[in-house]
Amino acid sequence: MSFSIARIYAVLVKEFLQMRRDRVTLGMIVGVPLMQLFLFGFAINFNPKALPTAVSIDDPGVFARSVAAGMRNSSYFEVVAVTNSPSGARRLLQEGKALFVVEIPVNFTRDIVRGAKPDLLVEVDATDPAAGGFAIAALNGIVTTALRDDLTGPLAARAQGPPPFNLVTHLLYNPESNTRYSIVPGLLAVILTMTMVLMTCLALTRERERGTYENLLAMPATPVEIMIGKIAPNIVIGAIQSAIILAVAKYVFAVPMIGSLPLLGLGLTLYIVANLAVGYTFSTLAQNQLQAMQMTVFFLLPSILLSGFAFPFAGMPRWAQYIGEVLPATHFLRIVRGILLKNNGAPEIWPDVWPLLLFTLAVVTLALARFRRTLD
Amino acid sequence: MSGAGKSAGAFAIDVKGLTKRFGRKLAVDHIDIAVPEGEVWGFLGPNGSGKTTTIRMLCGLLRVDDGEGTCLGLNIRTEAEAIKRQVGYMTQRFSFWEDLSIRENLEFVARLYRLPDGRAKVDGTLERLGLVQRQAQLAGELSGGWKQRMALAACMLHDPKLLLLDEPTAGVDPKARRDFWEQIHALSEQGLTVLVSTHYMDEAERCDRIAYILNGKLVTQGSVGEVIEQSGLSTFVLEGAHVRHLLSELQGKPGVDYAGFFGAALHVSGRDRAALEAAIAPYRGRPAIAVSETPPNLEDVFILLQEEAK
Repeated sequence: MSFSIARIYAVLVKEFLQMRRDRVTLGMIVGVPLMQLFLFGFAINFNPKALPTAVSIDDPGVFARSVAAGMRNSSYFEVVAVTNSPSGARRLLQEGKALFVVEIPVNFTRDIVRGAKPDLLVEVDATDPAAGGFAIAALNGIVTTALRDDLTGPLAARAQGPPPFNLVTHLLYNPESNTRYSIVPGLLAVILTMTMVLMTCLALTRERERGTYENLLAMPATPVEIMIGKIAPNIVIGAIQSAIILAVAKYVFAVPMIGSLPLLGLGLTLYIVANLAVGYTFSTLAQNQLQAMQMTVFFLLPSILLSGFAFPFAGMPRWAQYIGEVLPATHFLRIVRGILLKNNGAPEIWPDVWPLLLFTLAVVTLALARFRRTLD
Repeated sequence: MSGAGKSAGAFAIDVKGLTKRFGRKLAVDHIDIAVPEGEVWGFLGPNGSGKTTTIRMLCGLLRVDDGEGTCLGLNIRTEAEAIKRQVGYMTQRFSFWEDLSIRENLEFVARLYRLPDGRAKVDGTLERLGLVQRQAQLAGELSGGWKQRMALAACMLHDPKLLLLDEPTAGVDPKARRDFWEQIHALSEQGLTVLVSTHYMDEAERCDRIAYILNGKLVTQGSVGEVIEQSGLSTFVLEGAHVRHLLSELQGKPGVDYAGFFGAALHVSGRDRAALEAAIAPYRGRPAIAVSETPPNLEDVFILLQEEAK
């Protein structure tokens, strides 16, 4: 056979014709990257600001208030609570509602006046070491600046030279700021979402393309029965995968696992089911396998980029956080880091469990609504 | 004997005004069919005439846009799920799981219908089909004839009272077709009602009755003899060495509704006998041409109906 440009042209024309015929897929090929470009371009921020902070004030003095005010004015911190109980502030840290707790000790004002250099204690949730780095670096300057305006008259000398206080930073949960401790549990979330959605996104699409869908519908199986039957086997696969990832995390990456493993198992099951349900729903929506794959990618990218895995969640703009809150990966990331690194129990993870339940319920409802019992 | 208990004259299928639209196109246009229990009905019509759509509506796979009726005494609009349980439907295209073995396919079907003696049923079916040795073979590796046998066995597994077969013998060799029809007749003797769509005239002739649909409309129905008689058609056969050249001459002559080859012979048909006789008169007595009358066959009738619809 000779080489023929004319034949290449023939194949080329045929491919273009077929491409043009599948309008939906073509639209997705153009639309999805555009949406992602805008979404992630605006959402991702390597220098996270407005990080939730709790201020615990034990000192009635003027300097304590100045410090709180200074933090409020800074772009790095967003003061979500001002309390006079250090244990209450710590709880906010445990629940993940605050990334920082700034404790202003008793006699802070008095000690500054005396020149005794009081300690300013900052506790940092270091489960995601990337989140706090810039903010911690900025903290010293923020407090010094806040105090400068108060250090007048006889105290003016304190405004010069070294800061009149000691900044003591406690990295909690991950004292060595080992990024592996945050990345490896995060990978559990990301890998599972990737494989689980892929496992089911072709569940019905494949039946439809092979012509077996008609046969399935002609027999007495209800949509719920078909869905459960198709999702359930994959839970086993998800469980095996989870076990492998956790074993590697423990024995290769030495990730600490201080929390309850049964509780993690429950969270895992819920997360696996949520992702399988997403894939199954895609398979009820997609007209062909290519579309199902497109939808899967469209779901995966935000799960990696907006969930708090690749970039600190607290550093994203508010609207991006809302999108992130919808994604199962976001909540599972908090659950798994919380259990493994912070020893969170059921009450602490509950705020991330019910969104997973709600999400699964919504997605399953959509899948059942989309499932046609006829070929119409 | 599924149909034995019912009163005589009961209908397995009884629908009136059955209609289906796809967008603005009327795929099935107010069809009335009444199939008595235990009969074998042939469902004929050109490609795209609405046969598959009608069958799918009967077994609840497509929503009925208009019309009323029952299938096995169950309302086709409201009781589709109950109908599915008692109907065996064989799709036009092989629709079993090609990556499952023969046995696995049958077992899947048996479990979906929750057959209490499923395993025994599957064993018996494999035995009857002569597939015991090949039960572990993947369904996708079977030849066309065997696929069709397996599909029929699978849709018979739950002992349906009504079989809807959509072109079951398309692409199957003559011997397999013959075996297949023997099976259909055997099932019908046991009281099963069968509606089978086909393009083969010899198969149509093996049915108790036939229904012919064209462009979504039911054009004619009855026994083969009745359909031919109703057409009012007369047919003459022209045979001889040079009849091939006469086709274009005869087409379009007044009185000739249809002229075409049937094997090597030229069939000339028309409804108006006198005009038809006048049209072929010039050919009588030509040396190399033999002219004789023949009873019209189904194919003559159907082609004429199709020509007239143009």
